[in-house]
Amino acid sequence: MVPEPWCVRRLWWETDDTFTFELTPENGRTKFHFLPGQFNMLYVFGVGEVPISVSGDPAKAERLMHTVRAVGPVTRAMGSLKRGTQLGVRGPFGTCWPMEQAVGKDILILAGGIGLAPLRPVVYEVLAKRQIFGRVYLLYGARTPDDILYTQELPELMKEAKLQALVTVDRAGRDWTGNVGVVTTLIAKAQFDPGNSLAMVCGPEVMMRFTLRELQKRGMRTDSVYISMERNMKCAVGFCGHCQFGPTFICKDGPVFRYDQIQHLLAIREV
Amino acid sequence: METLQGILADHPFARGLKDGHLALLVGCASNIRFEADQVVFREGEEANQFYLIREGKMAIELFAAERGSINILTLTEGEVLGWSWLVPPYRWRFDARAIQSTRAIALDGKCLREKCERDHDLGYELLKRVVPTMEERLQATRLQLLNVYEVHT
Repeated sequence: MVPEPWCVRRLWWETDDTFTFELTPENGRTKFHFLPGQFNMLYVFGVGEVPISVSGDPAKAERLMHTVRAVGPVTRAMGSLKRGTQLGVRGPFGTCWPMEQAVGKDILILAGGIGLAPLRPVVYEVLAKRQIFGRVYLLYGARTPDDILYTQELPELMKEAKLQALVTVDRAGRDWTGNVGVVTTLIAKAQFDPGNSLAMVCGPEVMMRFTLRELQKRGMRTDSVYISMERNMKCAVGFCGHCQFGPTFICKDGPVFRYDQIQHLLAIREV
Repeated sequence: METLQGILADHPFARGLKDGHLALLVGCASNIRFEADQVVFREGEEANQFYLIREGKMAIELFAAERGSINILTLTEGEVLGWSWLVPPYRWRFDARAIQSTRAIALDGKCLREKCERDHDLGYELLKRVVPTMEERLQATRLQLLNVYEVHT
């Protein structure tokens, strides 16, 4: 697949190492449709290509939004792109969050760190169709208060009271009056029906493992939990094998998996 | 008007206790309120009480030279603050401060220890309620130690 040229319209830093940018199409394309949880391959010309989840609103198809943590040569180069610069986009790829299965159920959106980015489209979709879901909780954990993403949006979401957003940080100074503790501690604060709920979890793998344990303790079944996995994705269409995880390819069969279908692989130390 | 026994029976820590045990707890309990920013106790002080939070938010803090007070955990409604009253030498291992105006039930640990020595059933009931909290906090601390949001290369 050949990357399509897109243009950087806006780029802003969410935290010290994480930015969001908005792209618009260059080659006559007017819409870009994606499903919450899918990712694109973003190509900084002359530097390299990386898989990044779409973090924007699925209903706003005329622009594309990605939130990126600048940790390697490509993502650092991406963070320094100026308005008007071209970028290559291939996608969307991969499986999506199970929005249809969530209808009529309580929803737990559990995110850790940059894991909030692939879940943000879920939040937009839930807010757009709020009445068809039960209780909705966004439980979000970050390292410190300075590492919290979307600080403009989160208070707005809480104000609207369409969903209950609970945020916690792993450590904080005295000036922070919010919650301190790991993200799993928020699960006990959520009032949901474990027999009629669906959880969508994204974050570091170890955080997801602890989260799963806590959800099971609260009575949730593993087939009601979905997680988003991350591996070294290169081709994004299941050919190259870079992201192979046991018999699955994260790029093609994932990144979103139902937990009971992948649980056995997560328990193997050297897959 | 709510009685202390009723308030206590409603708190997750005491929920399901037999009436006799609840009455023993009430004998060691009192209502207490902390204003925002009020220090509840400091590391090294005698741990003669523990607190069942009814409303508000408390912070467990550790003081480190050059870094000041580090907030390591916050506790809210329905949670328990403190177990040093149960473990010799009965001294607090950390500081606690109210972040918001907080209402709690203070339980006199010394009084409870004496009652538990006389009534081991009560002691066992209380341990069954304190130990899961300790286990949860231990698990959470382990996860916190992993610093999972750091980029590991």
